[in-house]
Amino acid sequence: MSIRAVLLITLIVLGQAGWCPLARAVLPDEMLSNPLLEARARTISQDLRCLVCQNQSIDDSNAPLARDLRVLVRERLKAGDSDEAVVAYVTARYGDFARLNPPFQANTWLLWLGPLAVVLVGGGGTVWWLRSRAGAGALGAASQSLSAEEQSRLAEVLGRKG
Amino acid sequence: MTAHRLLFLLPLLIFGTLAVWFAEGLGRDPHLVPSALIDKPVPSFALPALPGYAHGLTSADLATGEPQMLNVFASWCVPCRAEQPVLLRLAREQGVALRGLASRDKPEDAAAWLATAGNPFRSVGADVDNRVAIDFGVYGAPESFIIDGEGRIRYKHIGPLTPEDVRQTILPVLAQLKRH
Repeated sequence: MSIRAVLLITLIVLGQAGWCPLARAVLPDEMLSNPLLEARARTISQDLRCLVCQNQSIDDSNAPLARDLRVLVRERLKAGDSDEAVVAYVTARYGDFARLNPPFQANTWLLWLGPLAVVLVGGGGTVWWLRSRAGAGALGAASQSLSAEEQSRLAEVLGRKG
Repeated sequence: MTAHRLLFLLPLLIFGTLAVWFAEGLGRDPHLVPSALIDKPVPSFALPALPGYAHGLTSADLATGEPQMLNVFASWCVPCRAEQPVLLRLAREQGVALRGLASRDKPEDAAAWLATAGNPFRSVGADVDNRVAIDFGVYGAPESFIIDGEGRIRYKHIGPLTPEDVRQTILPVLAQLKRH
């Protein structure tokens, strides 16, 4: 195999994995003929949790329930529902857990703001600690310079190495 | 030790708290997701009967003034087989009104399964395309819903019912609903 063929195959494989989201679990018979609606359905289903496998979206999952929900999403879209209405339709039955991207609301503020709080507390603590250390260093500057004995020992070690 | 020194214990304290919290979370079953439909009325539906049976199942059947239990089952569902003796005893010995939802199942298969295993249900709806189960927020058979006399969902059990589940939750919940 020539190097060119290898490169071409690598590019194709990487291309599909990276920026070309091909149909995954979605079967051709589920797809809508209207490409605009189908694109909306794909976007919505990528944010809906497959409740059987839990960490896959319904767009990814081969579970029968995921298929049912994909078909349902497309039916709601065909009936003229907005994207929000479709998601609301699913969460009315399965709860907010069905959303892979949880909304910011009363019971999720800790989830969203928690990491920020950890960074602020940790970062603030680090700054405070470094400052207090620098302050202590300025006060005890004398202790940072070497004594005569240490100087001669240092010269000896450096001299031996050099 | 000064307060300043004690501050160094703070990260350890935070770590300890989080560790206990997360350890507790690890012990939980992630499949036991609380139902979004508790205290809501049952979705409206009307399902045909299984072949050989006179009655199907409608939402009106679930609001008859008496608390009932709706069981989602299927002939292909293995845990449902383990649960069946429990359901039969619940219906025959405790006199609980049970209704069945044959989820994603061929009606003739569901009827054949009930003929061999025994039928604990007053009536069964054939939910061939799984739509009614989705309206109930069902993840997968078996699931059981306790519904009060006015047709509101009051409790949901995920997975096969064991005799302990019946003794510890199902019967007490039903008894409480009967009193009101």
